[in-house]
Amino acid sequence: MEDLHLLNLTKKFGDVAAVDDLTLTIPAGSFFALLGASGCGKTTTLRMVAGLEDPTAGTIRIGAKDITNLRAFQRPVNTVFQSYALFPHLDIFENVAFGLRRRGVKDVKTPVNQMLELVELSALARRKPTQLSGGQQQRVAVARALINEPDVLLLDEPLGALDLKLRRQMQIELKRIQNEVGTTFVHVTHDQEEAMTMADTVAIMNAGRIEQMGNPATIYELPKTVFVANFLGQSNLITGTAQGRNGDDILVSAHGQTYAVPAARSTAAGDSIIVGVRPEKMTVLDAPDGHKAPASHNKILGRVTDVSYAGVSTQYLVRTPWEQELTVFEQNVIVGDRCSVGDEVLLHWAPEHTFGLDGKQDVHAGVAPEVLDLEAAALALEPRGE
Amino acid sequence: MSPILVAESAKPVVVAQRRSRTGYILLFPGLTWLAIFFAIPFVTLFMTSLQQPVPGKLGKYQAGFELSNYANAMAEYWPQFLRSFIYAGIATLLALVIAYPLAYFIAMKGGRWRPLLLVLVIAPSFASFLLRTYAWRTILADEGPITSFFNALHLLPDDRILNTGIAVVAGLTYNFLPFMILPLYAAIEKIDPRLIEASSDLYSSAATTLRKVTWPLSLPGVVAGTLLTFIPAAGDYINAELLGSTKDRMIGNVIQTNFIEFRDYPTASALSFVLMAVILVLVFTYIRRAGTEELL
Repeated sequence: MEDLHLLNLTKKFGDVAAVDDLTLTIPAGSFFALLGASGCGKTTTLRMVAGLEDPTAGTIRIGAKDITNLRAFQRPVNTVFQSYALFPHLDIFENVAFGLRRRGVKDVKTPVNQMLELVELSALARRKPTQLSGGQQQRVAVARALINEPDVLLLDEPLGALDLKLRRQMQIELKRIQNEVGTTFVHVTHDQEEAMTMADTVAIMNAGRIEQMGNPATIYELPKTVFVANFLGQSNLITGTAQGRNGDDILVSAHGQTYAVPAARSTAAGDSIIVGVRPEKMTVLDAPDGHKAPASHNKILGRVTDVSYAGVSTQYLVRTPWEQELTVFEQNVIVGDRCSVGDEVLLHWAPEHTFGLDGKQDVHAGVAPEVLDLEAAALALEPRGE
Repeated sequence: MSPILVAESAKPVVVAQRRSRTGYILLFPGLTWLAIFFAIPFVTLFMTSLQQPVPGKLGKYQAGFELSNYANAMAEYWPQFLRSFIYAGIATLLALVIAYPLAYFIAMKGGRWRPLLLVLVIAPSFASFLLRTYAWRTILADEGPITSFFNALHLLPDDRILNTGIAVVAGLTYNFLPFMILPLYAAIEKIDPRLIEASSDLYSSAATTLRKVTWPLSLPGVVAGTLLTFIPAAGDYINAELLGSTKDRMIGNVIQTNFIEFRDYPTASALSFVLMAVILVLVFTYIRRAGTEELL
């Protein structure tokens, strides 16, 4: 098996670049996820690899072989389509056998039965696709593609049409199948949890480019752009100015407060720097207990504006003196009273959980527009100075 | 039972009755239409087909049970019967061959021109059927360009097209072509383009995709289109009348002549009945074999 290389791949629809000079290597045998909001170019990228869309510029290679100019049916690549695209006039067996028959394979019975066994559908071989549930159709689609032993299997939002519970089940199932066959899986999705739980490597796409790529934990813990910080999970971002260094830390001043950001965790080029921290890394203390916070920690004073109890954790919204709303997740391990709305609190977190981003970016990049609208509405409604 | 209980239980029954009555009231206009314009003429036609002549009075018939009407009609007119089905069959096949690529093109590549292209398909129907068929007399005229062209190649057995079977079949094909195109278009247009993509992803060339995916998925349209073409073509008499010679008469012409010229109503009715029965049998066998029972 060989790596899949995309070199300077570009696709323009009119003047709009859906995919913009994308260069990417997907290692053989990996489970690779292209994650992004709709319209970010991830599906277009996948379709170009499949041969269903012609690139405007750039090269697609598998190993050393250039496949850019091959037609879809000539490529050693198969696709699991969004909403499956099973052939309604053929039964399950014939759907799975379709690719083998087109390539003139004589004995299709053995491989098809083996493949149906792999996806646990042997009993349904003679049913028509419409007689199957969504999850079963999904597995037929995987079997139909995998039976051809492609160099790369492309999955276009394969779980999008399934309900939440089934989706979780299919995530595990797909992961198992990938382990078993060892084929390179390239998985396109807008569901970040799906991408993180399934893939060994996640590439986050935005406006036709890859913002950041790596294993899910690394990207989550150390986002390199505001878009990634906001799109993958949530982040609290405070814009400030670098004021010099303290050992390995950059000292950043913002709104009269100084924060320590490890220099190794900062991607800021100039003095303008955005201090970032994930909500679950912060701890909430009642303001009078503020002295209990370790001296080395970064701290912010604020007032609780909302408490949502969600079983595993509690989400606090904390309004800072400069009218920014921060989000904090706290594990529900404390016995007794939690903070309530209106409490003055101190938020603190360890500098090693802090990341620094280049200050020239829009701090709202990557936040879903509807979330921004809600926040603006909440700020407008909030009575001041109680 | 106490009066209160009776009152309570009576109410839903009334509602249910009213609801079922509403159903019948709504069905009434349709059923009346069906009775007046289908059931009664059907029975009348059948009765007429069994009538016997009133002795001594030409063109007068009385009720009877003359099954021999059928035997006599068939014995005399079986060649026209056969010809009707052969002409209609060839015309249907030609229409399919012409319409399929056209419908495929409009559905798959038409893009924003699709509505306009469909209007163009139907546009000729705005002119009268009769007029358009007359126009074919000019198109296929003996000294016309088409006839001259084929004559130059010595391809015509009678050195002419007009007043031959070829002209009749051409007229039938032309006149019923829209009835082939429209159902084909509807069926092809409904095919999910992702199935075509899936097919090419699974190693099918364009030709194989057409054979293995597009064609089978468009079968309901093929069946509907061929029926909509074949059935009226088999019973048609205008094309044979205007474009054919007396040697090319179809069963429609025979029925027409018997009704209007010979006033032989029983024979004409018997022929109509046989035509109906044969078409029904053909249609059922065809649909069974095509595996598209859901069309019925």
